Amino acid sequence: MHAHAQCAAESVGVVEPRQAHFDAPLPLKSGGVLPAYDLVYETYGTLNAARSNAVLVCHALSGSHHVAGTYADKKNSEGWWDNLVGPGKPLDTRKFFVIGVNNLGGCYGSTGPNSINPATGKPWGADFPFVTVEDWVDAQARLADRLGIQRFAAVVGGSLGGMQALSWTLQYPDRVAHALVIASAPKLTAQNIAFNEVARQAILKDPEFHGGHYYEHGVVPTRGLALARMVGHITYLSDDSMDQKFGRSLRHDKPVFSYDVEFEIESYLRYQGDKFAGYFDANTYLLTTKALDYYDPAFDYDGDLVAALGRAKADYLVVSFTTDWRFAPSRSREIVYALMHSDRRVSYAEIDCPAGHDSFLLDDPQYHAVLRAYIDNIEV
Amino acid sequence: MSYQRYDYDVIANWIEPGERVLDLGCGDGSLLRHLTQVRQVRGYGVENDPERIVACARNGINVIQIDMEQGLAGFDDGFFDHVIMSLSLQAMRNTQGILAEMLRVGREAVVSFPNFAYWRHRQAILNGRMPVSKNLPYQWYDTPNVRFFTIADFDALCAQEGILIRERLAFDEDKVIVDEPNFLASVALYRLGRAGG
Repeated sequence: MHAHAQCAAESVGVVEPRQAHFDAPLPLKSGGVLPAYDLVYETYGTLNAARSNAVLVCHALSGSHHVAGTYADKKNSEGWWDNLVGPGKPLDTRKFFVIGVNNLGGCYGSTGPNSINPATGKPWGADFPFVTVEDWVDAQARLADRLGIQRFAAVVGGSLGGMQALSWTLQYPDRVAHALVIASAPKLTAQNIAFNEVARQAILKDPEFHGGHYYEHGVVPTRGLALARMVGHITYLSDDSMDQKFGRSLRHDKPVFSYDVEFEIESYLRYQGDKFAGYFDANTYLLTTKALDYYDPAFDYDGDLVAALGRAKADYLVVSFTTDWRFAPSRSREIVYALMHSDRRVSYAEIDCPAGHDSFLLDDPQYHAVLRAYIDNIEV
Repeated sequence: MSYQRYDYDVIANWIEPGERVLDLGCGDGSLLRHLTQVRQVRGYGVENDPERIVACARNGINVIQIDMEQGLAGFDDGFFDHVIMSLSLQAMRNTQGILAEMLRVGREAVVSFPNFAYWRHRQAILNGRMPVSKNLPYQWYDTPNVRFFTIADFDALCAQEGILIRERLAFDEDKVIVDEPNFLASVALYRLGRAGG
């Protein structure tokens, strides 16, 4: 039915990041204050005259403002959600003005631990204040102000990005028409926090971490960061998809009784870990996993999510994936039932996709059909 | 189904404006859309078929993808004014379980189903073939229906389960059948309540 639209789907083409500087101090949930900061962002499509067609895309743990399109001087530089955002794609840039923002504490250009602390003239490092989902949303709202956007047609996110989309509707209920909360949860479980803690300990215990001030020592805690990423990767894939991809394949076709790479899954994890450690910032990883752990909109309501959602005015689409065990469907259903019991309009799709948590980044036909059908009905 | 079905009007007449309504097995959401238009209900549908989920999203209907056979865990007691199951009960295995769940989460339940004792169906059986009709459009080998029951059977089940029948309307096509519904009606609609509730 959507064959025509899909055939016509194109890339947004070559894009360039932009930077916005903010002088007004940002009070943080931790009690700290960020005196001034920069946000790096990208936009796709055109803001209409009524400024009613803006869609904010929130990124997850390792994502960035580079949601769609490519960079002129860089090969293989497609944005992380390029299959979703573009002309003729489910989030159609012929209709919507789409914005991606690198969150505070990030390492892709927005102010973060590797930025210079104006008080010391040195990188913030471990002194960078804790930032939360709510702080990110506050900063994104200031960027929206700057761009002249009073109300988003939609805020969209997967995983930690889904938490931001949900939080938007609670912090700024009048500024969001629709929230798309994908492969997310209303708060992490103990098991989920446990995985984050293992990742953090790997970084914190790396001898080159230097209490978070490794920049001054000219080193990077790559071993810890790689290990953290390896743990993460295991949890983003399903047992089946890992088995399908790697099985018990041996590099030397038989056991050679060594701690070097033998099984292909070892090779994959080491490669992913090392690659990640080559470009991501360890302090950003620490901060971001803590932001995940702290997120709990029902905390101030004695754990009553329905009460916490009482302020919301948005309509919602919640999506989960059957094989996602890091952000399991049951966690998405908690959001769905709480929204329903708060009399919010909500739809929920549980997509049968084998790829685990990573499914939300893929273009599974049913997943994209649901997104397209829902997004097509968003009025601008 | 995109055309308006006569049973939609019956169901709409049983619903007050602005009610909270849950439609189990909501298909493409056309009943909820009708009830939203004529009764301004706050409606939610339940479906588990991927294509119908997309159809509901396209129709702007709130739809929740769960397997009803597992019950309605997660739905609060008495949250809905009406819980509807339109022409789907015969396709459910856990008949007693879902009826109990409907009356747990809803003040009233509305159930419609094809009457397997309809005279044309009886005639088909007497002629040695399983009935195929407008309300039973499937062949025996491809039918999604798993429970084959009659108006008399359903009355007996309600009595056994302590379910109050508040109202029952029986139809042959769009004609109301008052006499001998178990013989002359192809479809029955029930408005059900909890005993003592």
